[in-house]
Amino acid sequence: MQASARPALSVNLKPTGIANTSRETIAPSSMRMAISKVNFFYGEKQTLFDINMAIATNRVTALIGPSGCGKSTLLRTFNRMHETVRNARLEGEILLDGQNILSQDVTQLRRRVGMVFQRPNPFPKSIFENVAYGPKINGSNLPVADIVEKSLRRAALWDEVKDHLHKSAYELSGGQQQRLCIARGLAVEPEVLLLDEPCSALDPISTAKIEELLVQLKDSCTIAIVTHNMQQAARVSDYTAFLLVGQLVEFNPTPQLFTTPSDPRTEAYITGRFG
Amino acid sequence: MNTRLRWRKLVSGFMLAMTGVCAFVAVAVLFFILGYLIFNGGTSINWDFFTKLPTPVGEVGGGMANAIVGSAKLLLLASLIGVPIGFFGGIYLAEFSGSKVAFVVRYAADLLNGVPSIVIGIFAYTLVVLPFKHFSTIAGAFALGLMMIPITLRNTEEFLLGVPRALREASMALGASKWTTIIRVIVPAAYRGIMTAILLALARVAGETAPLLFTAFGNRYWSPGWNQPTASLPVMIYTYAISPYEDWHRQAWAAGLVLLGLILIVNIVARVILARGVAVPRS
Repeated sequence: MQASARPALSVNLKPTGIANTSRETIAPSSMRMAISKVNFFYGEKQTLFDINMAIATNRVTALIGPSGCGKSTLLRTFNRMHETVRNARLEGEILLDGQNILSQDVTQLRRRVGMVFQRPNPFPKSIFENVAYGPKINGSNLPVADIVEKSLRRAALWDEVKDHLHKSAYELSGGQQQRLCIARGLAVEPEVLLLDEPCSALDPISTAKIEELLVQLKDSCTIAIVTHNMQQAARVSDYTAFLLVGQLVEFNPTPQLFTTPSDPRTEAYITGRFG
Repeated sequence: MNTRLRWRKLVSGFMLAMTGVCAFVAVAVLFFILGYLIFNGGTSINWDFFTKLPTPVGEVGGGMANAIVGSAKLLLLASLIGVPIGFFGGIYLAEFSGSKVAFVVRYAADLLNGVPSIVIGIFAYTLVVLPFKHFSTIAGAFALGLMMIPITLRNTEEFLLGVPRALREASMALGASKWTTIIRVIVPAAYRGIMTAILLALARVAGETAPLLFTAFGNRYWSPGWNQPTASLPVMIYTYAISPYEDWHRQAWAAGLVLLGLILIVNIVARVILARGVAVPRS
């Protein structure tokens, strides 16, 4: 893990444009990422409008909203995965530990900000090779086998796979595959782990395991998760951002957002009146 | 049942039968050729055919060992020329090129694929044979290698594009560069398809005669070196088949049978590699 000392952020933390924000409640010193004035375009079409929010260190931040609201798009900008799509354009500033990620080397950035995707996407390799991939390509001074074991333990998968590490990853169940993908992401020791609807292809038991895992992981890692399952956001997250058609409607501590939402649209969404 | 309905049923039945007959004819041609080759050439295939040099006219027996080895050498060298260019070109097309460049290269590759093999032969003759003043294995392999490029290139591209986006993203999200992702994730995931494509390209050029006629030429004896003329199975078939000697005709049939057998084996191996399951489940 990176040292926990972080420089104070020099961004303007005043809320801009959104009705309510808890950015005052996240002290700059405990802010791992700060997103300010982010606008996003696919070609001519704008899909995110003036997003301002923060990702608190060693906390779980959830992004919720109906399909097409831009929550996945927003998450993908956090490690610049949006650049893999042609015609995508980002305006604004995203800071990681006070440094603008848009001017950093993208491979370095993605080592620090890992990502787990909607559908489990293990490589067509063995379980061991999947986890070892990151340390191998990035170079590591620890023995790879140790990193693999540690990462699988952190992803709560070690006991299930320790006797057949050299089997194909495709022989695992969907839930195990997703935890393998989390282990693979953890193996490069990221400071931030982004999860894009990690449970949407999984059954309830696998989902429960992953949720439990996220809560454990936040001791050593900062987590941002996109979910369209509001109960999931309520269960695992400390902060929740609610997006609607590309706008950040509300960003508050999770208990507050779900019990006393400050925007009528948030209330309508969480009470199931639309979405 | 009124007449109109009866007429419709009749037309339907007739057309169905027609398509069936055409499908049968398509398959029958292969079996007819195979049967004919076995009938005419089967008796001439023996151990000598694979181990001995051709005998002079009038002497019965002998074999085509020099042509078999010559074909093998030609194909080996052709692969060394055609496969790397096609493979890396395919990677470029699938992974790096902008859509406009890709369009031009793809179109050019398809055109190259359509160039008559005799024209490729003249090209190799002008470029390799004339400057060296020698028919040679190198010249023949150059012509065959050129023909392998577009097949390998287009198929490599196709199979690379078939690798799910999710695998690319997974690798990129771990901080892998594009080239690392391609070499360590994308190509391994597509390697079965690419291997198949290379084998099919090999099978395709193995039977080419026209580009060899004035590049590798032919040789009644062992080819003394890579820069010397060499015998090859297709050219041997051509030479023997148009000769006036009964025994040579039988040998030509036998050579045809051996060539077809080899191509069939390569094809079957290719299918087996592909059918062992694509490494990546389609989602």
